[in-house]
Amino acid sequence: MSDFKIHHREGEGVNVIELKGYLDAHTAPELETTFQKLLNDKKFNIVVNCKDLTYISSAGLGVFMAYIEDVRKNQGDIKLSNMTAKVYNVFDLLGFPILYEIYKEEKEAIVRFTQPKKS
Amino acid sequence: MTASVTRTIKSRTEHLLEVRDFVSSAAQQLGFSDEETSKIVLAVDEACTNIIKHAYHYDPNKEIRISINSTKGALEILIEDEGKSFNPMAIKPPDLKQHLQHYRRGGLGVYLMKTLMDEVEYNLKPGKKNVVRLLKYLPHGR
Repeated sequence: MSDFKIHHREGEGVNVIELKGYLDAHTAPELETTFQKLLNDKKFNIVVNCKDLTYISSAGLGVFMAYIEDVRKNQGDIKLSNMTAKVYNVFDLLGFPILYEIYKEEKEAIVRFTQPKKS
Repeated sequence: MTASVTRTIKSRTEHLLEVRDFVSSAAQQLGFSDEETSKIVLAVDEACTNIIKHAYHYDPNKEIRISINSTKGALEILIEDEGKSFNPMAIKPPDLKQHLQHYRRGGLGVYLMKTLMDEVEYNLKPGKKNVVRLLKYLPHGR
């Protein structure tokens, strides 16, 4: 039995990955497999909904780092949404908000693929 | 009052959940808030993950021993292994922006441990016994 689950939904041009449970060195390979499959299928617009993600360690954060470069090279992005305060704190400690777009709601993240953020 | 509890696990990532539960329950019993408990739990997870990856190179049959001591106004956690050691203190505190912009994954666990705990020390005897010592002051013990 795994205490980590990934659910993939495909909308109009955007792929939503829902994470549930804990993302650590044990479960990170499952997320790597999911990202790798998306890249193989040339699906580069990705939103990761973290609503039910209860825990993350640097092994989990490393997965986002491993794929973001390839995704952005292909004009896509990995945007994150719906984090609990506990999970956001870990992303924040490692400076992720500088380089990743993090939204409160999934729909805000999805909209950004068609209406990019003004910088 | 001094209290001590110990748990020994095989060096497998599947045991990280058990380690986190063990550390979480000890920290909460000592009166740490949920937020502080989360920090301690994450620091121990990072230490064990480093051992599994770097000291034991994913050999699943080695052992990691975790001892939790409450003494002198602090929670002390000793994490011991008998693997090949690396010197985490030699890792410079990363410039996070630069680090992330170059998509470097290594070193983040060590950085987190130093950020999350009040003290982090290493006593390394490669192939014999390496000890990581993590210290967090008790909420009213500072």
